[in-house]
Amino acid sequence: MSKRKATYASKLKRATHMLFFKRHAKPGVKGWELRKALGSDYPKVLKILDDYLKNLDLEVKTIFEEDRKTEKPSLEQLDRARFYVALRGDLVPKEAKMVGWRIDDFAGLAITIAYIISKKGKASREEVETLLREKLPGWKVGLNIERYIRYGYLTQDESSQLYLDWRTRAEVDQKALIDMLMGAEIES
Amino acid sequence: MQSKKAHETLGREKLQRIIETCKSVEERSLDPFLIDINSNIDTVKQHFPEWKIPEDLCLDAETLHSLASVIRLQSEWVKHRSTSLYTDPFLLEDKLKRMEKGEIARTLLKAWHPLIEWEQISLHSMAEAMRYWNSLIPIEERWKEKPPEQVGMGSASREELVRQRILREKAFSEELEDFWQKLKKAVVERGKNERIHYWDFIGADTYEETVDKAYLTSFLVTYGYATLEIHPLEEEMFLVPYEKPIAKAGMKQLISVPISVSSTDWQKWKRGELK
Repeated sequence: MSKRKATYASKLKRATHMLFFKRHAKPGVKGWELRKALGSDYPKVLKILDDYLKNLDLEVKTIFEEDRKTEKPSLEQLDRARFYVALRGDLVPKEAKMVGWRIDDFAGLAITIAYIISKKGKASREEVETLLREKLPGWKVGLNIERYIRYGYLTQDESSQLYLDWRTRAEVDQKALIDMLMGAEIES
Repeated sequence: MQSKKAHETLGREKLQRIIETCKSVEERSLDPFLIDINSNIDTVKQHFPEWKIPEDLCLDAETLHSLASVIRLQSEWVKHRSTSLYTDPFLLEDKLKRMEKGEIARTLLKAWHPLIEWEQISLHSMAEAMRYWNSLIPIEERWKEKPPEQVGMGSASREELVRQRILREKAFSEELEDFWQKLKKAVVERGKNERIHYWDFIGADTYEETVDKAYLTSFLVTYGYATLEIHPLEEEMFLVPYEKPIAKAGMKQLISVPISVSSTDWQKWKRGELK
């Protein structure tokens, strides 16, 4: 193995460890942490890792601080971005059970996220609870919202307004969700 | 006259109504285009010449501020509608109500790419933990209660107390009398027109001494040994000593004048920048 290849192999291992093992309260690694550990060519290392993970249906996901997709991000933008490993494809309902959530929990999360998006990113908790009560038992509604907040899907301010939080931005393709919900054929 | 007053009252009510409507649009996330900005601006313009007192001008400014907030909301509304994420909330709500729970969950699963993370302890971290554990001092030793410190009783002389600035050398009234004499002398030597500039009297070589003099001066003025002459426009203050102390209580309403004697002011005075 050439020296260059050996260097990249070692950097690839180090990047895998950093991305998979949770180091802070939130999963993922900041760009500047990767630069410090792997060197300034860390975007190239991540690209190789992403190609490798493709076969396993996983991907290296980049979430920029400004929450906008950027075609050609600058080094500064990359340094401030957070990198995660996420599932590249999607789970079938049977597999979703492995996550430990019931179908009610998924439906509740979908309703909440979609409703907040339609309300320009902010909705009152009371309104969301009323909407959830249409489909879920009343005692479960409050518990579920608390759970979504705890996992980082939602956040709530002091005036009980709900917003989308970091996990929704990292895990949910918001545009695809809205398009699919709006395009769903309803059986009458 | 009567009709002018009634007209002004009506104007105030109109402005109040505009503020309330703008607030409700902002707080309840209503469509900001429900507010006709142009006609409201016309109302504000129409009544503006009538406002004379500051309260009315404040009301006018508050109305303009509320209208500006609504214009900001209108701009955000247009921006949001032009994004690919725009969805009519009523249409979406209706869709969600009519969809099956399972169908909604399946839709989320298609747009959901959960993060992968491992939680596993490594041999290296186990070794680290062992090293830490071995070097850790038992809790009984770490949290040992210290016995309270023994403080012995003793006696202190008056001189020692004066040196520690717990007691003053002279009685306060005596000190004030002396200080009054010093003020009178300073006026004769350095003053003009039987008065001396406040900072020229209290200013000393050290900041501590300056504060001490300012403190005593405040008592001179309060107890009627001297008075303070303030010229707000020129930003000047003078001390005028009385020949005999004057009993001020009951003569007229006494007022307090806060005077800042900060270290910066003292340094400015030293440099001759403070008059």
